[in-house]
Amino acid sequence: MIDFLIYALLAGLGLAAVAGPLGCFVVWRRMAYFGDTLAHSALLGVALGVLLNIDLGIAVAAVCLIMALGLVALEQQGVLALDTLLGILSHSALAAGLVVISLLSDIRVDLMSLLFGDLLSVTASDLWVIYTGAAVAIILLTTLWKPLISITVEPDLAAVEGINVARIRTALMLITALVIAVAMKIVGVLLITALLIIPAAAARRVCATPELMAVTASLVAMASVISGLAASWYIDTPAGPSIVISAALLFCFSLSFKQKA
Amino acid sequence: MNNSLVRLKSVSKTFADKPILQNISMEINQGEITTLIGPNGAGKSSLIRLILGLITPDKGTIEKTPNLTVGYMPQKVNIDPTLPISTCRFLQLANTSHEECHNALELAGIPEVKNTPFHKLSGGEMQRVLLARSILRKPNLLVLDEPVQGVDFNGQNELYGLIGKLRSSLNCGIVMVSHDLHLVMSATDHVICLNHHICCQGKPEQVTQDPAYLDIFGETAFYNHKHNHQHSLKGEVLDSDGTHRHGEGCQHD
Repeated sequence: MIDFLIYALLAGLGLAAVAGPLGCFVVWRRMAYFGDTLAHSALLGVALGVLLNIDLGIAVAAVCLIMALGLVALEQQGVLALDTLLGILSHSALAAGLVVISLLSDIRVDLMSLLFGDLLSVTASDLWVIYTGAAVAIILLTTLWKPLISITVEPDLAAVEGINVARIRTALMLITALVIAVAMKIVGVLLITALLIIPAAAARRVCATPELMAVTASLVAMASVISGLAASWYIDTPAGPSIVISAALLFCFSLSFKQKA
Repeated sequence: MNNSLVRLKSVSKTFADKPILQNISMEINQGEITTLIGPNGAGKSSLIRLILGLITPDKGTIEKTPNLTVGYMPQKVNIDPTLPISTCRFLQLANTSHEECHNALELAGIPEVKNTPFHKLSGGEMQRVLLARSILRKPNLLVLDEPVQGVDFNGQNELYGLIGKLRSSLNCGIVMVSHDLHLVMSATDHVICLNHHICCQGKPEQVTQDPAYLDIFGETAFYNHKHNHQHSLKGEVLDSDGTHRHGEGCQHD
């Protein structure tokens, strides 16, 4: 009986490790709504994956990526404000995902687990997928850390100093798509962004360097996973939402610290 | 001396069907300070971005000397306050050592802000930090977009003095945008008046050598610039009788 709890814990901690640094970039670059859009389109990825009978993780990552690239193309046209574009894409993708899933009459898809995660049903093979995805994302973030910070601070300066801004930006989108594909199993498409931004926001209060903030955000996310799972175990609440509530409580606690730098 | 770093030949750039720059030909030489002046929306920043290679021209060519290292000082840097970064760390993003950053801040006259969080810098400190960043890679071309923006009068004098010193210590070419028609540093070698096309260019004349005048204004002098035409509110070139006049190479109707 304890196996599934350990799997759930390991899966959650794996995601939390990468959610810290990635979440920092989401906060620094004001990409929260962007993350939401990608997460919502993940549902469409699942639906298409089932429909075309391909691996769901790959389908989700692919749809997220297409969405991200489409967004960049639309944004460059400059017809609508970015938040309007994101709103259109985000909710259209969510709606399309829900409609396609309802059409898949011969296969039962557990909608609730897609929307809110199903951490307690994580299997050993899921763990492999989660850890591979998280490891790739962390390695990419670490290798590209300096140029990522540089383009976040000031893209024009970065470009003049020889950084290929478009390439680094695309890499960050790739990483985000990858992490969303991984996180969907754990917290579901509706709550992924919360796990990215809340720990980062909590960490900001107590950190004075970008690196410290990234690591602290990971630790906050890990603490949220542990306490969320504990709540789920003892008072029988859904795991994904409990993790997000734990993160929110930790954020409230962080407000009692004096803002660093 | 006249060692050309960047040479623009008949460069034009259009944004969303609006011609922003038309038929621009200019040259930036080593050891020379070139100042771009012109009204809002005249295309000064676009010209800067073309020189930096951040955008490409629709027409014309931009030749750069092969060993060109560019230092760039943007108009402003907006870092989200959620990103905790010290001034020193901001400078180190230019791939330089701690010591070089310290020296650059020293040169810019603000060694004390080394550990100040970037978003807590005052307007004047910010401009100096951005200037420090632009010289970190030992550039032979400095591109400064409104370097004294948001700085008080004395600070402007000091900054212009500093820029003049940098020109000789780095032996670099400098292109600078100034928003102000009247106040351009006396050390400027070449002034280009831009309003979508180059209206006119040449050496600035120093209004006066009067010691009393210099006492008040220090290194700066009122720039005596004889415009052979006026501009309408929209920035179009008007003749003295109020009709549009076409300059050399002006291709629009």
